[in-house]
Amino acid sequence: MSLTQRPRSPSPFRPARGIDQSVLAENRALVRAIDRRKLLRGGISLGALTMLTGCDVTRRDSVQRVLKAVSEWNDRAQALMFRPNHLAPTFSPDKVVKPPRFNAYYDVEDMVPVDGNTWKLELAGLIADKRPWTLQQIYELPEQEIIVRHVCVEGWDYIGQWSGVNLRQFLDRIGADLTAKYVAFRCADDYYGSIDMASALHPQTLLATKYAREPMADPFGFPLRLRTAVKLGFKNPKWITAMEVTNTFRGGYWEDRGFNWFSGI
Amino acid sequence: MTDAHANSRVRQPDRLHPLALRAMHWVNAVAMLILIGSGWAIYNDEVIFGWLHFPGWMTLGAGPEGALQWHFLAMWILAANGVAYLVYGLTTGRFRRMLLPIRLAEVVAEMRAALSFRLSHDDLTRYNAVQRLLYIGIIVVGIVQVLSGLVIWKPVQLSELAVLFYDLQTARLVHFLGMAAIVAFLVVHVALALLVPRTLLAMLTGGPVVAPYSPADGDRGPLEDAQPPPSPTLSPVIPEGEHSEAVRDLDEASAHPEETGSPCR
Repeated sequence: MSLTQRPRSPSPFRPARGIDQSVLAENRALVRAIDRRKLLRGGISLGALTMLTGCDVTRRDSVQRVLKAVSEWNDRAQALMFRPNHLAPTFSPDKVVKPPRFNAYYDVEDMVPVDGNTWKLELAGLIADKRPWTLQQIYELPEQEIIVRHVCVEGWDYIGQWSGVNLRQFLDRIGADLTAKYVAFRCADDYYGSIDMASALHPQTLLATKYAREPMADPFGFPLRLRTAVKLGFKNPKWITAMEVTNTFRGGYWEDRGFNWFSGI
Repeated sequence: MTDAHANSRVRQPDRLHPLALRAMHWVNAVAMLILIGSGWAIYNDEVIFGWLHFPGWMTLGAGPEGALQWHFLAMWILAANGVAYLVYGLTTGRFRRMLLPIRLAEVVAEMRAALSFRLSHDDLTRYNAVQRLLYIGIIVVGIVQVLSGLVIWKPVQLSELAVLFYDLQTARLVHFLGMAAIVAFLVVHVALALLVPRTLLAMLTGGPVVAPYSPADGDRGPLEDAQPPPSPTLSPVIPEGEHSEAVRDLDEASAHPEETGSPCR
């Protein structure tokens, strides 16, 4: 997104010795014959013509509508393509990048760490037991580790080693309605996002607390973040404070700005 | 004899480029331009080569999110149209008729003719060996683009296919090089079509009437240009009677340089 500004250089298309005026001189009579009023009149009727077609000043909006509709259609197409039990490729620990790459909608120096002692995971929606969870309680849950590729929508990727509680097991434990459509997240930095239930139940979807077997560092989502092997990077919210199981579409921070919602990989 | 006449009266005359093919050509052209323009914007978000950024005015979609929407719209059009084209080309025999055979000797002779700006394309209904090679080449590149694009989009769901491209970044590189090949083809293709406007016109109106095609005869010329069937021998020497346009045109050019009338030199 950062394009460097380059200094203006003289156009290579600009003639070195100015514009050749001889053509004008030769056709002076013809140029004089051009009726300025006729041109104006023609221009006005051309404008009227565009109004007649009805398409139009809002062309930009209608294009946006089409693109949005196709993006929603792509959500459905990806849901159909999704293989619930197909595992993402995994890697050996020596391929793991340490530390991982920071990414958020702001720079790393603007990141506000979360206090793990006062932090709680709030639960909402179609969940039987909505009691909030402390970090200590989450640490006591069985831990699963995945070494998978993190793919960013921008095009870069790295291999990371994440561990935490399997989301499916956690949803089972809290009595979530697994037939609901979405699992939505809210974060300490006002980021928000949601994923489809099928991806939430994938064997390689975790609520991660550790990176490379160490407690997760602040920039990468301490104390709790989502890490799923079947979604692009921005579908993995960090610094999670609340989780909701719902049939209401909640969108997401980047999704509401035009990025595709399903964004499965 | 009378039957044949009756038939030909009922039948619409066959054109060099039937309507279905022309429609597919222009649908492909539009989809390709959308994919290239939006692809450049997506590339800019995470460049492969530090020295290469595509200027904003050359790209499609405001920001990467808009560009991705365009890309994910046009990819369906390109893929569906491409599948239709392959099925059409294979079932009607058009590929066999127009693109085969490719003989090394012809390629060499015509390559030489092309480089000395003496390559002729007087008979629109026959592609010369260089054209055949390029058209087959660009079809193959198109297939590689669809496959590498699928791998970049779905490296996990299509992990079996992704293995063919080694990893995500090599798939991105292949996708980029495929784009470069298509753009290079496009430049030559459009330049030649503008140099020989009859070819451009033929892709709009259908071009010359050709003999009705029966799948039995593989290689076929236009009505007025009755040719003996090609010899099945794979001789590297161009057989007598078998036409080699380049060689023929070279002879004609040297014999009557003012009569050949080809604008393609």
